[in-house]
Amino acid sequence: MNENISTISRSSSSAIAMNRVLRNTYMLLSLTLLFSGFTAALSMFLKMPPMTYLISVIGGMIIAMFVLPRFANSTAGIGIVFLITGLLGFGLGPMLTMYASLPNGGNIIMLAFGGTGVIFMGLSAYVLATKKDFSFLGGFLMVGFLLVLVAALANIFMQIPALSLMISAVVIMIMSGFILYDTSRIIHGGETNYILATIGLYMTIFNIFISLLQILGIMGNDD
Amino acid sequence: MEWTEIVAALALIMFIAVMFPAAKDMVQKSPKGSSSDWGSFALLIGMIILFIILLIGLV
Repeated sequence: MNENISTISRSSSSAIAMNRVLRNTYMLLSLTLLFSGFTAALSMFLKMPPMTYLISVIGGMIIAMFVLPRFANSTAGIGIVFLITGLLGFGLGPMLTMYASLPNGGNIIMLAFGGTGVIFMGLSAYVLATKKDFSFLGGFLMVGFLLVLVAALANIFMQIPALSLMISAVVIMIMSGFILYDTSRIIHGGETNYILATIGLYMTIFNIFISLLQILGIMGNDD
Repeated sequence: MEWTEIVAALALIMFIAVMFPAAKDMVQKSPKGSSSDWGSFALLIGMIILFIILLIGLV
Protein backbone atom coordinates (compact mmCIF):
# COMPACT_ATOMS: atom_id res chain seq x y z
CA MET A 1 0.00 0.00 0.00
CA ASN A 2 2.76 2.39 1.04
CA GLU A 3 4.67 1.44 -2.11
CA ASN A 4 1.60 2.32 -4.25
CA ILE A 5 1.22 5.71 -2.55
CA SER A 6 4.93 6.42 -3.05
CA THR A 7 4.71 5.44 -6.76
CA ILE A 8 1.64 7.67 -7.30
CA SER A 9 3.31 10.56 -5.46
CA ARG A 10 6.53 10.16 -7.52
CA SER A 11 4.65 10.03 -10.84
CA SER A 12 2.52 13.06 -9.94
CA SER A 13 5.59 15.09 -8.91
CA SER A 14 7.33 14.19 -12.19
CA ALA A 15 4.17 15.24 -14.10
CA ILE A 16 4.19 18.58 -12.26
CA ALA A 17 7.90 19.04 -13.08
CA MET A 18 7.25 18.18 -16.75
CA ASN A 19 4.37 20.68 -16.90
CA ARG A 20 6.59 23.35 -15.37
CA VAL A 21 9.35 22.76 -17.96
CA LEU A 22 6.79 22.80 -20.78
CA ARG A 23 5.09 26.00 -19.53
CA ASN A 24 8.42 27.80 -18.98
CA THR A 25 9.71 26.66 -22.38
CA TYR A 26 6.67 27.96 -24.26
CA MET A 27 6.68 31.21 -22.25
CA LEU A 28 10.38 31.86 -22.97
CA LEU A 29 9.94 30.77 -26.61
CA SER A 30 7.09 33.28 -27.10
CA LEU A 31 9.15 36.10 -25.58
CA THR A 32 12.25 35.26 -27.65
CA LEU A 33 10.18 35.13 -30.86
CA LEU A 34 8.74 38.57 -30.07
CA PHE A 35 12.23 39.87 -29.31
CA SER A 36 13.52 38.41 -32.61
CA GLY A 37 10.69 40.15 -34.45
CA PHE A 38 11.71 43.43 -32.80
CA THR A 39 15.44 43.05 -33.69
CA ALA A 40 14.50 42.01 -37.27
CA ALA A 41 12.39 45.18 -37.61
CA LEU A 42 15.25 47.24 -36.14
CA SER A 43 17.69 45.72 -38.64
CA MET A 44 15.29 46.50 -41.53
CA PHE A 45 14.88 50.08 -40.25
CA LEU A 46 18.67 50.52 -40.04
CA LYS A 47 19.02 49.09 -43.62
CA MET A 48 21.75 46.67 -42.56
CA PRO A 49 23.87 45.17 -45.38
CA PRO A 50 23.30 41.52 -46.53
CA MET A 51 26.48 40.28 -44.79
CA THR A 52 24.70 40.98 -41.45
CA TYR A 53 22.83 37.68 -41.87
CA LEU A 54 26.02 35.60 -42.14
CA ILE A 55 27.76 37.35 -39.24
CA SER A 56 24.67 37.15 -36.99
CA VAL A 57 24.00 33.47 -37.71
CA ILE A 58 27.64 32.46 -37.12
CA GLY A 59 27.78 34.58 -33.94
CA GLY A 60 24.47 33.20 -32.68
CA MET A 61 25.47 29.59 -33.38
CA ILE A 62 28.87 29.97 -31.68
CA ILE A 63 27.23 31.45 -28.55
CA ALA A 64 24.56 28.71 -28.59
CA MET A 65 27.11 25.90 -28.94
CA PHE A 66 29.93 27.09 -26.68
CA VAL A 67 28.60 29.70 -24.21
CA LEU A 68 24.96 28.78 -23.48
CA PRO A 69 25.64 25.24 -22.12
CA ARG A 70 27.90 26.76 -19.39
CA PHE A 71 25.14 29.10 -18.19
CA ALA A 72 22.08 26.93 -18.87
CA ASN A 73 21.49 26.27 -15.17
CA SER A 74 21.67 29.90 -14.07
CA THR A 75 19.51 32.98 -14.66
CA ALA A 76 22.31 34.35 -16.88
CA GLY A 77 21.23 31.65 -19.35
CA ILE A 78 17.99 33.55 -20.00
CA GLY A 79 19.97 36.67 -20.97
CA ILE A 80 22.15 34.57 -23.28
CA VAL A 81 19.04 33.08 -24.94
CA PHE A 82 17.79 36.62 -25.63
CA LEU A 83 21.25 37.56 -26.96
CA ILE A 84 21.24 34.58 -29.39
CA THR A 85 17.66 35.05 -30.56
CA GLY A 86 18.11 38.82 -30.83
CA LEU A 87 21.22 38.30 -32.98
CA LEU A 88 19.45 35.78 -35.22
CA GLY A 89 16.48 38.13 -35.58
CA PHE A 90 18.79 41.03 -36.40
CA GLY A 91 20.39 38.87 -39.12
CA LEU A 92 16.96 38.23 -40.64
CA GLY A 93 16.44 41.96 -41.34
CA PRO A 94 18.39 42.23 -44.64
CA MET A 95 16.86 38.97 -45.89
CA LEU A 96 13.33 40.23 -45.16
CA THR A 97 14.15 43.55 -46.87
CA MET A 98 15.31 41.61 -49.95
CA TYR A 99 12.15 39.44 -50.07
CA ALA A 100 9.91 42.45 -49.40
CA SER A 101 11.34 44.10 -52.54
CA LEU A 102 10.11 41.20 -54.75
CA PRO A 103 6.83 41.79 -56.68
CA ASN A 104 4.83 39.53 -54.29
CA GLY A 105 7.36 39.72 -51.46
CA GLY A 106 4.85 40.66 -48.76
CA ASN A 107 2.77 37.62 -49.65
CA ILE A 108 5.84 35.33 -49.58
CA ILE A 109 6.90 36.60 -46.13
CA MET A 110 3.41 36.24 -44.67
CA LEU A 111 3.01 32.72 -46.11
CA ALA A 112 6.40 31.65 -44.73
CA PHE A 113 5.51 33.15 -41.35
CA GLY A 114 2.07 31.54 -41.24
CA GLY A 115 3.36 28.24 -42.63
CA THR A 116 6.05 28.05 -39.95
CA GLY A 117 3.44 28.70 -37.25
CA VAL A 118 1.11 26.00 -38.61
CA ILE A 119 3.92 23.41 -38.86
CA PHE A 120 5.21 24.16 -35.34
CA MET A 121 1.82 24.24 -33.65
CA GLY A 122 0.51 21.21 -35.57
CA LEU A 123 3.48 18.99 -34.70
CA SER A 124 3.66 20.20 -31.09
CA ALA A 125 -0.07 19.60 -30.64
CA TYR A 126 0.32 16.09 -32.12
CA VAL A 127 3.04 15.14 -29.61
CA LEU A 128 1.23 16.75 -26.66
CA ALA A 129 -2.06 15.04 -27.57
CA THR A 130 -0.69 11.56 -28.35
CA LYS A 131 2.20 11.60 -25.80
CA LYS A 132 4.15 9.50 -28.34
CA ASP A 133 7.83 8.97 -27.63
CA PHE A 134 9.91 10.17 -30.58
CA SER A 135 13.30 9.56 -28.92
CA PHE A 136 14.08 6.96 -31.65
CA LEU A 137 14.48 9.86 -34.11
CA GLY A 138 17.56 11.34 -32.37
CA GLY A 139 20.36 9.60 -34.29
CA PHE A 140 18.50 9.74 -37.61
CA LEU A 141 17.90 13.50 -37.31
CA MET A 142 21.48 14.30 -36.27
CA VAL A 143 22.94 12.29 -39.18
CA GLY A 144 20.43 13.92 -41.54
CA PHE A 145 21.36 17.38 -40.30
CA LEU A 146 25.10 16.66 -40.70
CA LEU A 147 24.47 15.49 -44.28
CA VAL A 148 22.56 18.72 -44.96
CA LEU A 149 25.51 20.75 -43.65
CA VAL A 150 27.87 18.78 -45.94
CA ALA A 151 25.54 19.38 -48.92
CA ALA A 152 25.33 23.11 -48.06
CA LEU A 153 29.13 23.23 -47.89
CA ALA A 154 29.41 21.54 -51.30
CA ASN A 155 26.85 23.93 -52.77
CA ILE A 156 28.92 26.96 -51.75
CA PHE A 157 31.43 25.77 -54.37
CA MET A 158 29.01 24.22 -56.91
CA GLN A 159 26.30 26.96 -56.79
CA ILE A 160 23.48 24.71 -58.07
CA PRO A 161 20.04 26.38 -57.53
CA ALA A 162 18.19 23.03 -57.61
CA LEU A 163 20.45 21.68 -54.85
CA SER A 164 19.78 24.81 -52.82
CA LEU A 165 16.04 24.21 -53.17
CA MET A 166 16.48 20.55 -52.25
CA ILE A 167 18.52 21.49 -49.14
CA SER A 168 15.78 23.91 -48.00
CA ALA A 169 13.12 21.19 -48.42
CA VAL A 170 15.19 18.63 -46.48
CA VAL A 171 15.90 21.18 -43.72
CA ILE A 172 12.13 21.62 -43.21
CA MET A 173 11.70 17.81 -42.94
CA ILE A 174 14.57 17.49 -40.46
CA MET A 175 13.50 20.48 -38.36
CA SER A 176 9.95 19.08 -38.27
CA GLY A 177 11.48 15.87 -36.91
CA PHE A 178 13.37 17.90 -34.30
CA ILE A 179 10.09 19.54 -33.16
CA LEU A 180 8.66 16.05 -32.56
CA TYR A 181 11.89 14.87 -30.88
CA ASP A 182 12.39 17.94 -28.64
CA THR A 183 8.74 18.19 -27.55
CA SER A 184 8.65 14.46 -26.85
CA ARG A 185 11.85 14.76 -24.77
CA ILE A 186 10.24 17.51 -22.65
CA ILE A 187 7.07 15.55 -21.94
CA HIS A 188 8.95 12.31 -21.19
CA GLY A 189 11.43 13.96 -18.84
CA GLY A 190 14.45 13.74 -21.20
CA GLU A 191 14.88 17.52 -21.14
CA THR A 192 14.45 19.20 -17.77
CA ASN A 193 16.19 22.49 -18.58
CA TYR A 194 13.73 24.95 -20.14
CA ILE A 195 16.54 27.25 -21.36
CA LEU A 196 18.07 24.49 -23.52
CA ALA A 197 14.60 23.30 -24.57
CA THR A 198 13.72 26.85 -25.68
CA ILE A 199 16.85 27.35 -27.77
CA GLY A 200 16.34 23.94 -29.42
CA LEU A 201 12.75 24.75 -30.42
CA TYR A 202 13.68 28.32 -31.43
CA MET A 203 16.35 26.98 -33.82
CA THR A 204 13.83 24.64 -35.47
CA ILE A 205 11.36 27.52 -35.98
CA PHE A 206 14.10 29.81 -37.30
CA ASN A 207 15.35 27.19 -39.79
CA ILE A 208 11.85 26.29 -41.00
CA PHE A 209 11.04 29.98 -41.56
CA ILE A 210 14.27 30.63 -43.52
CA SER A 211 13.84 27.48 -45.63
CA LEU A 212 10.17 28.23 -46.37
CA LEU A 213 11.14 31.78 -47.38
CA GLN A 214 13.73 30.38 -49.81
CA ILE A 215 11.38 27.77 -51.30
CA LEU A 216 8.48 30.21 -51.69
CA GLY A 217 10.85 32.91 -52.99
CA ILE A 218 12.27 30.62 -55.70
CA MET A 219 8.96 28.94 -56.64
CA GLY A 220 6.97 32.18 -56.51
CA ASN A 221 9.37 34.13 -58.69
CA ASP A 222 8.37 33.73 -62.35
CA ASP A 223 11.38 35.67 -63.70
CA MET B 1 35.05 33.41 -54.63
CA GLU B 2 33.81 36.14 -52.30
CA TRP B 3 35.02 36.46 -48.71
CA THR B 4 31.50 35.83 -47.39
CA GLU B 5 31.50 32.41 -49.11
CA ILE B 6 34.87 31.55 -47.58
CA VAL B 7 33.63 32.56 -44.11
CA ALA B 8 30.40 30.54 -44.62
CA ALA B 9 32.41 27.48 -45.74
CA LEU B 10 34.77 27.73 -42.75
CA ALA B 11 31.81 28.11 -40.35
CA LEU B 12 30.10 25.05 -41.85
CA ILE B 13 33.30 22.99 -41.52
CA MET B 14 33.55 24.04 -37.86
CA PHE B 15 29.90 23.17 -37.15
CA ILE B 16 30.30 19.77 -38.84
CA ALA B 17 33.47 19.04 -36.81
CA VAL B 18 31.80 20.07 -33.53
CA MET B 19 28.56 18.20 -34.21
CA PHE B 20 30.09 14.97 -35.54
CA PRO B 21 30.93 13.41 -32.12
CA ALA B 22 27.48 14.35 -30.78
CA ALA B 23 25.81 12.78 -33.81
CA LYS B 24 27.90 9.58 -33.42
CA ASP B 25 26.94 9.42 -29.75
CA MET B 26 23.24 9.94 -30.52
CA VAL B 27 23.24 7.22 -33.18
CA GLN B 28 24.71 4.75 -30.66
CA LYS B 29 22.39 5.75 -27.79
CA SER B 30 19.10 6.26 -29.68
CA PRO B 31 16.49 3.59 -28.98
CA LYS B 32 15.24 1.65 -31.99
CA GLY B 33 11.82 2.69 -33.29
CA SER B 34 9.20 0.12 -34.26
CA SER B 35 7.75 0.05 -37.77
CA SER B 36 4.59 1.77 -36.49
CA ASP B 37 6.75 4.54 -34.92
CA TRP B 38 8.47 5.14 -38.27
CA GLY B 39 5.11 4.88 -40.04
CA SER B 40 3.59 7.67 -37.94
CA PHE B 41 6.70 9.81 -38.51
CA ALA B 42 6.51 9.22 -42.28
CA LEU B 43 2.81 10.12 -42.25
CA LEU B 44 3.50 13.44 -40.48
CA ILE B 45 6.34 14.28 -42.89
CA GLY B 46 4.05 13.41 -45.82
CA MET B 47 1.45 15.85 -44.48
CA ILE B 48 4.10 18.57 -44.18
CA ILE B 49 5.17 17.98 -47.80
CA LEU B 50 1.54 18.37 -48.91
CA PHE B 51 1.23 21.53 -46.82
CA ILE B 52 4.36 23.04 -48.44
CA ILE B 53 2.96 22.20 -51.90
CA LEU B 54 -0.23 24.02 -50.85
CA LEU B 55 1.81 27.05 -49.74
CA ILE B 56 3.68 27.08 -53.07
CA GLY B 57 0.30 27.06 -54.83
CA LEU B 58 -0.77 30.10 -52.81
CA VAL B 59 2.24 32.26 -53.80
